[in-house]
Amino acid sequence: MTDQFEPTIIGFTCNWCSYRAADLAGTARMKYAPNVRLIRLMCSGRLDPTFVLRALSGGADGVMITGCHPGECHYIEQNYKALRRFLLLRRVLTGLGIEPERVKLVWASAAEGAKFAAETTTFVEEIRKLGPLCWGKDEDGRMKDDEDIGNSSIKTHPSSFEKEVPA
Amino acid sequence: MTHVKPKFAMYWAASCGGCEIAVLNTHEKILDVDANFDVVFWPVAMDAKYKDVEAMEDGSILLTLFNGGIRNDENEHIAKLLRQKSKILVAFGSCACEGCIPGLANLSPVGEIVHTAFNTISTDNPHEIYPRTSYDVPEGELHIPKLEKTLRPLDHVVDVDYYMPGCPPESHQIAAVLDLVIDVLHGRATLPPKGSTIGVGNSTVCDECPRARNVKLIKEFKRIQDIAPADPDLCLLEQGIPCNGPATCSGCNARCPQAGAQCIGCYGPAQGVTDYGARLITAFSSVIDATTPEEIERILDGIPDPTGQVYRFSLPASLLMANREAFKAK
Repeated sequence: MTDQFEPTIIGFTCNWCSYRAADLAGTARMKYAPNVRLIRLMCSGRLDPTFVLRALSGGADGVMITGCHPGECHYIEQNYKALRRFLLLRRVLTGLGIEPERVKLVWASAAEGAKFAAETTTFVEEIRKLGPLCWGKDEDGRMKDDEDIGNSSIKTHPSSFEKEVPA
Repeated sequence: MTHVKPKFAMYWAASCGGCEIAVLNTHEKILDVDANFDVVFWPVAMDAKYKDVEAMEDGSILLTLFNGGIRNDENEHIAKLLRQKSKILVAFGSCACEGCIPGLANLSPVGEIVHTAFNTISTDNPHEIYPRTSYDVPEGELHIPKLEKTLRPLDHVVDVDYYMPGCPPESHQIAAVLDLVIDVLHGRATLPPKGSTIGVGNSTVCDECPRARNVKLIKEFKRIQDIAPADPDLCLLEQGIPCNGPATCSGCNARCPQAGAQCIGCYGPAQGVTDYGARLITAFSSVIDATTPEEIERILDGIPDPTGQVYRFSLPASLLMANREAFKAK
């Protein structure tokens, strides 16, 4: 046992390419980080951003979305939709105070078992560096937004609390 | 035997007061409220004290319309008190249902909000005087409500029977709901199942919008004021204006798009939408006419505040905000 932080990653794979890539990595006995829980979708275009938010709010530290390479989608162009959603989702997450790097998009064909394994391991390392996603708390376990009228930023003006309210 | 009318209450927590105006805007329907109910508590319309409510029997108020989010300890106290005293508690308006505009303040720490309010160029505060939650005067200690870390929708604090979204709810919808409650009182109707969203349509704003919809594909998002004039008959999203209609619950007769402004989403998520922002991310992404990341990013630059755009009315009720530790601490 180590004290090293083991991130929980939810991976959404498409049925036609990237899930096959994961399968290939398995049958070829390639070694990669075991932190990813894969969920198979028929297509990366099926990925509702709600799934990602649900994963993050339910305890995942990162979400990996994988699909067929651009131009190779089984459903013609749905992976482009996934790409557009992914890019907008990252912007929204940034606004909410979540590091956009916690969500990653990977293209992997059915033949790219090695790429799938390598990308997974890299992503796990990246999330390990970011630390756990408990964005209500800082390192000491206190809430980041545990601030009050009498606390935090107002403390930069200590004199204000000594002053009398003018009559 | 004298006929005792059922009791009615309405309360205004963290909100702008527009909901109260919307109720008064039901015009002569407001007389039906008076004819059928005994108004026992409605701070904006009549004088009543908290202690009067505290003295009431539990469950003695038939209907309470509660508008506003829970932003301070007074809001929370009254929410719990009215829950205890009411048979039917309605989260009335977007603030109570999903946090609304005041909920956007959840993106900033409370200290920063207070600092901005009391010490910016628009506020003349040379001595840097800030409000205190308690203050000693010769007559005793004075208290003002304490701001909480975040604004919470009503159902994060107490059990809610019905939800009536809108910023504010449309008057014709309020009138319909009042009619329904009165019909229930007279045994002519039954109440919808607990937890229902009432006073809304069962589709999206797009379904009520008369603008023509074709295949939407755009190369640029634009602000409505930068298009002069926008085509009055064509879908706004198709013209590149981020319109929240595709994710928003119907019931308002698509007033904003009909008047030439984009839907901003005040009626909250449509039926079946788990996370309002996620649904809008899907909607906006699907109209972008680009396949390379660079060009998609360029088009997305046309939405300057994506988080505010997709969560303008529903940030505190969104999947991620609902799971913040700050909420769990309660």
